[in-house]
Amino acid sequence: MAPFTRKKETLFLIIFALAIILIPLFVKNKYHFMVMNIVGLNTIVVIGLNLLIGFTGQISLGHAAFYGMGAYLSAIFTATFGFPPWPTIVLAMIITGMVAYFVGYPSLKLKGHYLVMATLGFSIIVHIFMVELDRITGGPSGFPGIPHLSIGAFVFDNDFKNFYLIWTFVFFCILVSVNLVNSRVGRALKAIHGSEVAANTLGIDTDKYKTKVFVLSAVFASLAGSLYAHYITFISPRSFDFYYSIQAVTMVIVGGMGSVWGAFFGAGLLTVLSEFLHVAEKYNIIAYGAILTLVLVFLPEGIVVGFYNFYRRRKIKSMIEKRGGEFRV
Amino acid sequence: MLNIDLINTYYGQIHALKDLSLHIEKEEIVALIGSNGAGKSTLLNTVSGVTPPRTGSIRFNKTEISRRSPEKIVAQGIVHVPEGRQLFGPLTVFENLELGAFLRFSRESRKDIEKDLRYVMELFPILKERREQKAGTLSGGEQQMLSIGRAIMGRPQLMLLDEPSLGLAPLVVIEIFNVIRKLQEDRTTILLVEQNARAALRIADRAYVLETGRITMEGNAKVLIEDEGVKKAYLGNDYREKRRRL
Repeated sequence: MAPFTRKKETLFLIIFALAIILIPLFVKNKYHFMVMNIVGLNTIVVIGLNLLIGFTGQISLGHAAFYGMGAYLSAIFTATFGFPPWPTIVLAMIITGMVAYFVGYPSLKLKGHYLVMATLGFSIIVHIFMVELDRITGGPSGFPGIPHLSIGAFVFDNDFKNFYLIWTFVFFCILVSVNLVNSRVGRALKAIHGSEVAANTLGIDTDKYKTKVFVLSAVFASLAGSLYAHYITFISPRSFDFYYSIQAVTMVIVGGMGSVWGAFFGAGLLTVLSEFLHVAEKYNIIAYGAILTLVLVFLPEGIVVGFYNFYRRRKIKSMIEKRGGEFRV
Repeated sequence: MLNIDLINTYYGQIHALKDLSLHIEKEEIVALIGSNGAGKSTLLNTVSGVTPPRTGSIRFNKTEISRRSPEKIVAQGIVHVPEGRQLFGPLTVFENLELGAFLRFSRESRKDIEKDLRYVMELFPILKERREQKAGTLSGGEQQMLSIGRAIMGRPQLMLLDEPSLGLAPLVVIEIFNVIRKLQEDRTTILLVEQNARAALRIADRAYVLETGRITMEGNAKVLIEDEGVKKAYLGNDYREKRRRL
């Protein structure tokens, strides 16, 4: 499913790291930095979600809740109670992970539509908490005054500094996922995607691995949420509603299920796209929908895997034709 | 080695296995024959924990396993080669084989696993050629070989083989059956479910005949193959006799 060999992946990681370092030399516009930072945050969420959907084959419509939990936990602990931000991010990840475990353990026994419904229900409950617990969360009007992150005296207080911060995390999230996917555990996840019964008969504890990957993806979302809160310094429930969950799932599908790099491209394409479509104002949702439909019809494996297969087919075709054969699909 | 005692398995309301008992001794090949829907595959699924029995006991090396989950049963040393191969199509041949050794990675050294990998490649040289190919692109025979190879990678004491000859060319069937015999020589115990009753009875030590969830006959395979009832029901018409009647 993942069309890259290990050697190529190392190369991609190096190119990716270089790109992160070099891009700010060419970009001067503050707005562009902001868009790239949002892409980065979405990428972290989508990478985690892709491990769950693309590799393990379990669909969750609840990841806005985990994203939001990371953001709100960081906001409340640092701004209200004066906790130091960095340990709080870890604390938020642990709490979110535990909540994900208790949500995931029973719901992952469900399959297909039922799992989708269970996670959707959970995210709606979390959203209601964000809105209704206004003494703690600030309610619908949001939570202002979240401190920026800092290392010593160095404060990440503008878009440019946050670019490096966020994309460093993106890089490590990609690194972790690439290694996970190519490991024994990664193979187990792909096996579960293929057939749970067959995976079972090979000795894979499917419930355990499904729950684990669900927790991992929630922890990724929580990390992204915390970074978001400290970057923007203001959060409101609107950023973590049901539409965000749908958007994240869409990014997974458009980027390419079962490809770590697909998560990055999916998040990038759809985030930038919705920024561009602000121009089209009320028609933007139509354009967004049309592009989605086109991708799903013509590149059902997602853009990364889809284009890769397209390229490979052309290569095979030219190889066959060179030998005088005929290529048919 | 395996003792099944009066098990009853249900699919919802359907009573699929009725007070069924059988036993398998170490390093035996035991064949299970019967017509469609007799419960042959269900029996294998019940042993491997996929469809646990409602009542009765299954003991493997004197340990009760009938209430354990499939992955725990694999850890005990029983590996199931399911009907229709159940390979992971998008994964490569190599990845499928590695998945077969899934539980061993945490307990054993990489070296032992690689040794078994070489053993599988020796048994089925074609898999070596195809190691980087996706399992879904293999031919039916190659897929069956991979399915058995994947089971070998779990280094089972008891292998449950469900219809290994299904839909395969006669020459491939011979190759698969030769491997089954080789596995027995290498001290694996085998419970073999087959539609191809004649081939199964030829390589088996003992056999059971299953009809609508009950065992109706059991005994030495060499004796059963000559049994008139078995011949009539499962081995097809004897044409010589037919010609004489004409």
